Amino acid sequence: MKLEPIVGRYAQIDRHRIYFEEAGRGIPLLCLHTAGSDGRQYRAVLNDSSITKNFRVIAFDMPWHGKSSPPAGWQNEDYRLTTGSYTAMIMDFVRALGLERPVVMGCSIGGRIVLDLALKHARELRALIGLQTGAYVERYYDAAWLDHPEVHGGRACGAVAYGLMSPLSPENERWETVWHYMQGGPGIFTGDLYFYQVEGDIRGRLGAIDTSVCPLYLLTGEYDYSASPRDTEAVVARVKGVKFVSMKNLGHFPMSENPEAFLGYLRPVLEEIRK
Amino acid sequence: MSIEALAELVNDNPAIVRWGRNMNETFMVEVGDLQYLLKIENGLIQKVEKGPFVMRPWRFAIRASRESWEKFWQKTPAPGWHDLFALLRRGDVKFEGDQRVLMAYLLYVKLVLAAPRNA
Repeated sequence: MKLEPIVGRYAQIDRHRIYFEEAGRGIPLLCLHTAGSDGRQYRAVLNDSSITKNFRVIAFDMPWHGKSSPPAGWQNEDYRLTTGSYTAMIMDFVRALGLERPVVMGCSIGGRIVLDLALKHARELRALIGLQTGAYVERYYDAAWLDHPEVHGGRACGAVAYGLMSPLSPENERWETVWHYMQGGPGIFTGDLYFYQVEGDIRGRLGAIDTSVCPLYLLTGEYDYSASPRDTEAVVARVKGVKFVSMKNLGHFPMSENPEAFLGYLRPVLEEIRK
Repeated sequence: MSIEALAELVNDNPAIVRWGRNMNETFMVEVGDLQYLLKIENGLIQKVEKGPFVMRPWRFAIRASRESWEKFWQKTPAPGWHDLFALLRRGDVKFEGDQRVLMAYLLYVKLVLAAPRNA
């Protein structure tokens, strides 16, 4: 048996019951999972002793995701993530746990929302890391099919996630990543994609990001076609002082589909932030 | 690569067949100007027919150029050529017909169409 150093707890924050996992001590590093998934995507970061000796790594499951509950009354309305609700949820969690100037790292929708955090909360944060960041993605498939009574949501969401990964990532980690998607609640991936594909267009506000207040790092895997390196480069071109790293052989879920390769890119970024 | 070899590649691979276990449909794959009808029964490819076809029904069709399929079928496809939805985002594939059935069996269809990579 091997006991991992990760500890999971529940926090009641306003009307939400939030599950989060953490490991390590030091600078808070808050990790945001992708649309329709949960905090298990960061299992390798939480288990990396070279990171946890200097960082308190925390990954929470968004409400409706993973082991976090949906709020009372969820059965009466569609779940829909927006820029406003997403940023508020993150900052509520930061304040509730008393995290002092955390580093926030998010992937995909999380990689998008760090741009909004840079605009609205730069002074409260030590640094931001966007994985698979694009300021907007034009809709190229209809996410309504992922929440349809005649389509198995778990299978369809898993199939979408499967393709977004690099064919070179280890097979067991890729299928672990698919499994998280297959476990999502009905309509939750689709509700997150409302932010990603419809409402959350940050393109027009990029120019106001000031990286001298809060450093911004963007790391993008080259096999991602949802938030492709080209999408990230469009952000880099508009924001002065961004540090951009293109990650070879990685796809849309770098921390989960190929943890070892991803950690090789993340560790130097965290070292730079620490110093 | 010949799409006619698909039946063997898929039917001998239970890890693919299981994802289509309940599928009993015929769908079209277009490779440039060549058309193929794949008849699926319980996840097994019963028949791969080569066109041209006259008024033959199918549940959904997946159409892409020969060049796109050749890039897609590389043993290690390059970024942007590695998945059906990657082709979709770049505008190099068209899905027609009953999207509901395509989405219901999306994982199976993706695995079937990628099978030639391991030929």
